[in-house]
Amino acid sequence: MKGFGRYLMFLASLVVRRESFKTYYKLTIEEAVLVGVNSILLVALVSSFMGAVTTVQTAYNMVSPLIPKFIISQVVREMTILELAPTIIAIIYAGKVGSSMSGGLGTMRITEQIDALEVMGINSASYLVLPKVVASLIMYPMLVILAGVCALLGGYIVGSLTGIITPTDYIYGIRFVFNEYMITFALIKSFVFAFMISTISCFKGYYTKGGALEVGISSTEAVTTSVIAVLIGDYLLAQLLL
Amino acid sequence: MIEIQNISKSFNEKQILHNISGVFDKGMTNLIIGASGTGKSVLLKCIVGLIHPDTGTVFYDGRNFTDADKEMKAEIRREIGMLFQGGALFDSKTVEQNVMFPLDILTKMSPTEKIDRVNFCLKRVGLENVNSKMPSEISGGMKKRVGIARAIVNNPNYLFCDEPNSGLDPQTSILIDELILEITEEFDITTVVVTHDMNSVMGIGQKILFLFQGQKLWEGSKEEIMSSGVEELDNFVFTNKVMQNLKDK
Ligand SMILES: Nc1ncnc2c1ncn2[C@@H]1O[C@H](COP(=O)(O)OP(=O)(O)OP(=O)(O)O)[C@@H](O)[C@H]1O
Ligand SMILES: [Mg+2]
Repeated sequence: MKGFGRYLMFLASLVVRRESFKTYYKLTIEEAVLVGVNSILLVALVSSFMGAVTTVQTAYNMVSPLIPKFIISQVVREMTILELAPTIIAIIYAGKVGSSMSGGLGTMRITEQIDALEVMGINSASYLVLPKVVASLIMYPMLVILAGVCALLGGYIVGSLTGIITPTDYIYGIRFVFNEYMITFALIKSFVFAFMISTISCFKGYYTKGGALEVGISSTEAVTTSVIAVLIGDYLLAQLLL
Repeated sequence: MIEIQNISKSFNEKQILHNISGVFDKGMTNLIIGASGTGKSVLLKCIVGLIHPDTGTVFYDGRNFTDADKEMKAEIRREIGMLFQGGALFDSKTVEQNVMFPLDILTKMSPTEKIDRVNFCLKRVGLENVNSKMPSEISGGMKKRVGIARAIVNNPNYLFCDEPNSGLDPQTSILIDELILEITEEFDITTVVVTHDMNSVMGIGQKILFLFQGQKLWEGSKEEIMSSGVEELDNFVFTNKVMQNLKDK
């Protein structure tokens, strides 16, 4: 609970006593390239397989010949866009980006780089963390959209290659009783997860104490805490918004 | 001139600094010495405002820094340069970007003025043609030099160095010490150096403050340090064989 209070104070410190807009603009772009572009390949790979596997498994479970084939791709769509894309990608994002944010800040802390910023009169929390959070808020939803597209593509390719479902059926299923709110919901989730992962990871890294060992511990904690937060957040959002 | 009055600081109920007062003079290298863990770094961090002392006040040329408002704090911070124990260079930036950083943040200089100033400072610390190197590509001694260049780039009035020669070989240590002394006299700034290296003490100890378990036990110059009559200081000074021989003579 004390930790949570410190986390809230940390969040407040991000927005007070800031540097000029220009400084942040540059830093944010740099971070966005770092967190976004470098994750594209991994996200595309994981989500394509996710879509492919979901397609195969859904087909396997639908034994009744009475169910039309296009239901397969409809199920794939519901599962990937609503749940798999935002949530599984969040876990990957926490592991890849969250841990490196925490490790980077932890290293800056123990090698006194953060102190060096403070001595120059810079609000180090805001200077270092705000660009990472904003970059995550911009890039993560894009990664989720990419993941959704790749997952559906993965399903399409596997479906047609293995003959589980014809391309026509697949595309029909994807468009069948499509509710646009799903996209909105997935995007809301993305913003919330991006915020949680980036702030929690930065919080853990920023308050690292000690040496190299502790930097490692902070990174691990950053990942576990963000993943737990994401899962709880996932549940709460589903309750609230669906 | 920097004056500190009754600085005390505790961490988790444990008192680290006990009522420390003192004056650090302009144009001189003022040393804070003492064994490991006596609170030298904590005292230095209290002086530059990285740690808020529990009691006590720090004055920079008569300006109260501890209780200053935001504007005053920022103004004084602009006049501070600090060299950290490990150099504390930003490892995602090149040497040049590191040295230029305070100028980017604190001044409105044009890019060419900034480059000129950076090159001047790098040259001043004896580094040339390393501008585009990353901190991970240069040696420990070079990092310290870059750290000094970054500390002096914005023409500080106050220079703080936390163990400027820890982890360096004796020869490089002396070079760094001499560099700090020269810069101090050349630009007439107030320099505070934390060290536990007796070579530095005898080399550049124009004014020395001795800390023992968080208390100030003695104050004086390197000429007076042999004959302080303070037992703890003698123990600190004469652990070194060479120094012991000197005393016996
Ligand atoms: N942020 C902190 N929280 C808790 N205790 C601290 C903190 N910073 C320093 N201390 C404690 O204060 C004491 C003095 O530490 P300090 O770093 O000032 O020693 P030092 O004199 O600089 O030693 P060295 O020569 O080894 O650098 C140590 O016992 C240390 O554990
Ligand atoms: Mg120290």
